[in-house]
Amino acid sequence: METLTAARAQMEVSLAFHMVFAALGIGMPLLMTLAEALWLRTGRAHYRDLARKWAKATALTFAVGAVSGTALSFELGLLWPRFMAFAGGIIGPAFALEGYAFFLEAIFLGLYLYGWERLSPRAHLAAGAAVAASGVLSGVLVVAANAWMQEPAGFRILADRTVEASAWAPFLSPAWGQMALHSTLSCYIATAFAAAGVYALGMLRGRRDAYHRAGLTLALAVGTAAALLQPLSGHVSAQHVARNQPVKLAAAEAHFHTQRGAPILVGGIPDTEARTVRGAFRIPRLLSFLATDDFNAEVKGLDAVPRAEWPNVAVSHLAFDVMVGSAFAMIGMGLWFWLASGRRREPGRWLLRALVAGSPLGILALEAGWIVTEVGRQPWIVRGVMLTRDGVTPVSGVLATFFGFTVLYLVLGTALALLLRRLATGAPALPSPVAAPQVEAAHAR
Amino acid sequence: MLADLAAALTLAALIAYAVLAGADFGGGIWDAFARGPRRDAQRDAIAHAMGPVWEANHVWLIFVVVLLFTCFPSAYAALGEGLFLPFHLVLLGIILRGAAFVFRAYSPRSIRRPGRPGRGARRWGAVFGAASVVTPVLLGMCLGAVSAGGLRVSGGHAVAADGAPWLRPLPLATGGFALAVCAYLAAVYLANETAGELREDFRRRALAAGTAVVAMSALMLPLLYLRAPHLWRGLLSARAAPVLAVGVAAALLSGWALWRRRPRLARAATVAQTACLLAGWGIAQHPFIIYPDVTIHAAAAPESTLRFVLWSTPFGMALLLPSLWWLFRVFKGPMMGLANEN
Repeated sequence: METLTAARAQMEVSLAFHMVFAALGIGMPLLMTLAEALWLRTGRAHYRDLARKWAKATALTFAVGAVSGTALSFELGLLWPRFMAFAGGIIGPAFALEGYAFFLEAIFLGLYLYGWERLSPRAHLAAGAAVAASGVLSGVLVVAANAWMQEPAGFRILADRTVEASAWAPFLSPAWGQMALHSTLSCYIATAFAAAGVYALGMLRGRRDAYHRAGLTLALAVGTAAALLQPLSGHVSAQHVARNQPVKLAAAEAHFHTQRGAPILVGGIPDTEARTVRGAFRIPRLLSFLATDDFNAEVKGLDAVPRAEWPNVAVSHLAFDVMVGSAFAMIGMGLWFWLASGRRREPGRWLLRALVAGSPLGILALEAGWIVTEVGRQPWIVRGVMLTRDGVTPVSGVLATFFGFTVLYLVLGTALALLLRRLATGAPALPSPVAAPQVEAAHAR
Repeated sequence: MLADLAAALTLAALIAYAVLAGADFGGGIWDAFARGPRRDAQRDAIAHAMGPVWEANHVWLIFVVVLLFTCFPSAYAALGEGLFLPFHLVLLGIILRGAAFVFRAYSPRSIRRPGRPGRGARRWGAVFGAASVVTPVLLGMCLGAVSAGGLRVSGGHAVAADGAPWLRPLPLATGGFALAVCAYLAAVYLANETAGELREDFRRRALAAGTAVVAMSALMLPLLYLRAPHLWRGLLSARAAPVLAVGVAAALLSGWALWRRRPRLARAATVAQTACLLAGWGIAQHPFIIYPDVTIHAAAAPESTLRFVLWSTPFGMALLLPSLWWLFRVFKGPMMGLANEN
């Protein structure tokens, strides 16, 4: 395997791993703060129990997110030193501000997790809200750096190949706003549906108590709201990408030939050599309409750029369909839940089963969406400015570190999954560890 | 001038990381070497002290990295190439240390022996301890490699020298020195945050670690003189020597205060000692980021970027420092001693 492939693989593994925890680090604090706010407002103990349980899940996932995020900040220089030598000073301001947001998140999380008995209820709730807010801010700021790589702005390369850049360059990228909105919503969706699955499973096993009902309802309130907003945000993103990054849209839609009245292709296997898609379901003219609001408008195909500048069409198209399919499945489950709970009190077994099966869909959609945007940017590391292969390290040995980090993340991911499973016992987390065993035993009956 | 200020800011973040997160690594070291009848109590005290703050302390490292690649991008690129392997090992240590610490905290307690950690918890505890010992050594070695002159850079690229620049005598000694300092910081802090026999345990450990710090310094002096005369001269220069002299005085004071069982004074002196030694090293290293090929000025980002970073600092710190103050007041304030006594 050549260095470029190994470096990309290591970056992909590191980001795919970190992203789950980054998303949970944004979503979980919102859930736990909402639950605590409901506890303070209503005085119903199961809301307090939910907040404590979600705080524990946050503690586990935030720590893994923090250390895997540290790895990424190093890996930018370890794997892509030529890119960082060129762009570090340009995207740096986004990371510098993100550093403060992340710092605040870590500080207030420490206060929240260990401060149940030391802070007043209001101060404790405020600390939780600060975690939730700084988590979102941190995500939005880090997306600015990525947005700049998609649509670089605010700099010019002078004749002597030195770079003159505005310090605000990452925030000047036109892609930032829509990317930040889309990714923030996806974090809430991923967290909320993952949590909903846990409580749906508990209820399927007969634990239909107030604790489980509240956990499911709260998770699906956040999840459904975000999932309903997401297609709107996705539409804004698609129109933006159609205007500014037509190659990425063409790859995601497996749209090979520039044409008027372009159809949407659902599913199918793109054949890059023959420039056709086999077995796709076609909806005539819809791509033109979605991309431009006009059924007959021209949509640029991959043939608009040289073959060497095509991203991997099969991967982009598959990931795009997975993202959109998961999104609509989650919208369906969310609406099903609220329609059912509007009519009668208890969610039915089939709904609960669907929620359990659909529990990973939000995380799947998050990963797939990331693949669409990052694979769709290839072969560029900074679109139109620097090729990925020109950013990579000249050091040999990346293959070894790639395998090493893959094994490390597999082990940590497995261990964390087992611990989270243990946390999801079906019993509320109790303040006193001494009392826990008996109560857990009682709940297991 | 702007570049020098940015470098000073980076050094300040590095000092904050050493003083705060260094003690968290030290906590892990003393977890690995917990001995005697109060072994579990020692480990509990360490976990109790680290729990609320270690993640915030860790963020100082992210600050250092972000400041480096924002303000000195070409130097960061050269470090990424030249220290490819040790940086990966540092990451391995950082990831395992942090993950193992929380995994242990959320692993089940033993069923057969109530109150004792279960098998999973013991395994993660071992990983936590081992990673806490290895990581500061590697970080110290990287710091040593940057100063010692073995890491050469040409045309922006790290040049493959004969042998790894971080495995030479001076970087190795720097790694050992970092390990001793972390162990010392942690033991002194823990002696402040515990009481009774546990406090005596940590006081004895602090005295042992302090002796190790002195021994490692004694080992480094001839190495500096023989292997890195540029740094030796820098340390003895009129700019750096006064700072180092304050550092040495603080080190002596902290040892004396420990001996006389005055833990609060020992803590203040230990912080001053660590800060002054690192500051003195930074001043001696000036104007180089990587000696002898990469200077602060040659590696500096465009002025607009430096200005952005420097101007954003007071605003960021205005948010950060009160929050940090609250965190440390709640968990490290006078209330803590009482909490530990029962």
